[in-house]
Amino acid sequence: MQDFRQSFSHAAQLIADLDPTLIEIVLLSLKVSLTATLLACVIGMPLGALLATRRFFGKWLVSVVLNTLMGMPPVVLGLLFYMVLSASGPLGWLQLLYTPGAMIIVQTFLVLPIVTALTKQIIEDAWSEYQPLLQSLRVGKWGSAQTLLWDMRTSLLTVALAGFARAISEVGAVIVVGGNINHLTRVMTTAIALETSKGELALALALGMILLLIALTVNALVFSTRQRVTV
Amino acid sequence: MKTINSTTPMSSLVKFTLVQVLMLCTLLNPAVADNAVLVQSTTSTANSGLYDYLLPIFEKKHDTRVHVVAVGTGQAIRNAGNCDADVLLVHAKSAEEKFVNDGFGISRQDLMYNDFVIVGPSSDPAGVANAESASEALTAITAKQAIFASRGDNSGTHKKELQLWQQANIDVEPLSGKWYRETGSGMGATLNITIGMGAYTLTDRATWISFNNKQKHRVLLEGDDALFNQYGIILVNPEKCPNVNAALAQQFIDWMTGSEGQQLIADYQLQGKQLFYPNANH
Repeated sequence: MQDFRQSFSHAAQLIADLDPTLIEIVLLSLKVSLTATLLACVIGMPLGALLATRRFFGKWLVSVVLNTLMGMPPVVLGLLFYMVLSASGPLGWLQLLYTPGAMIIVQTFLVLPIVTALTKQIIEDAWSEYQPLLQSLRVGKWGSAQTLLWDMRTSLLTVALAGFARAISEVGAVIVVGGNINHLTRVMTTAIALETSKGELALALALGMILLLIALTVNALVFSTRQRVTV
Repeated sequence: MKTINSTTPMSSLVKFTLVQVLMLCTLLNPAVADNAVLVQSTTSTANSGLYDYLLPIFEKKHDTRVHVVAVGTGQAIRNAGNCDADVLLVHAKSAEEKFVNDGFGISRQDLMYNDFVIVGPSSDPAGVANAESASEALTAITAKQAIFASRGDNSGTHKKELQLWQQANIDVEPLSGKWYRETGSGMGATLNITIGMGAYTLTDRATWISFNNKQKHRVLLEGDDALFNQYGIILVNPEKCPNVNAALAQQFIDWMTGSEGQQLIADYQLQGKQLFYPNANH
């Protein structure tokens, strides 16, 4: 039985060698998931804030749907986008299937409901506290949303991190629209799936450790910024 | 005041979203370079390292890239049918011929072959190693109700396995979930499950040789003519799929089936064993 010690030594070896293939895979993983998280935040945070500060018919339903979409299985979303981006699909002419672009799109939509729903919740709580003040200052709803977004920025960083965690750790969506093509669309999670299927369990686990290490680094970086932001 | 407040956010939201969409469009990489061949492939050829060995040679020679999407044969054929490939490289001859007859592909050619083997635990409770043929082996497994892991995913190996059960006159459908277990996964994942359950399974030899988690499992039956495994290569029909890079794809097929590609396939070894036997133009 391949054991854990072997995985640790594999992981250490890969890092020590600065294995060029590994670096390529790590960089693509970061590029895809960070871009997707950024896009999801840029779209989802204002959207969440607007949903929080406005009252409209069917708001309850929108909340329920958003919260449900947080549980969207990545492979289902991947399939959906495969059908859309396939050469015989409606957006086939974009020729995006099996490119990093397709992976960014699918992860953006995977992260979007989480960012929107969590932002909405945070801003809603803040809104119930500050609404009288903001209204007495005659700040409009959009202005209020902006103010509250800025005010809640430390909490929103955690939202962004939750989104990033969802993106960097999923395999179902990127493997369908990316195709796990060597030197083109292979990311950490699809590489782990591939090594597992080759029976290279120790190597697969080593890659998993490195993936966690990357997530740790990103979290540590964001946390240190957050400390500064708070002060 | 109130009306202004209630309309402004919406219009700014619309503007905002538009900006985002435009940003997204510029961010995305442009289409894959035209100078690349997209191959939908079975997994065994990829997992065994054959492509890592072959493709760089072709890429260098023709200054191009070959992108391989390795999935089960069933899914590969379906993806190619959706025009998401230039070349199809799989191992299920009748499904390949249907693909061509339906107009999705042109000129299916034999590329290479190897064979399937039945693997199982060394203890071999069903006595598969004593069987003279695949049919006999499957009959022995059935008699013992020993656990058998099936791919259950419409792949080339799965199709072959179903054919073997049929030849043995055993109907596995009602047995599914009992000792006959459909993993619904790729060959590698199925082998991991097979080993975990101490089960028997059918695998192509290339995947088995390159598989690195064999533990106490070994090849118990091989050599039956019924276990022959033919790989074919097909150009996706550019008339049906205008996005197909036909000239380059044809160049790739010609190279693979030509003397250089065939020789390289014959030369490829893993752990001192030849994995694929070229047989184009036979």
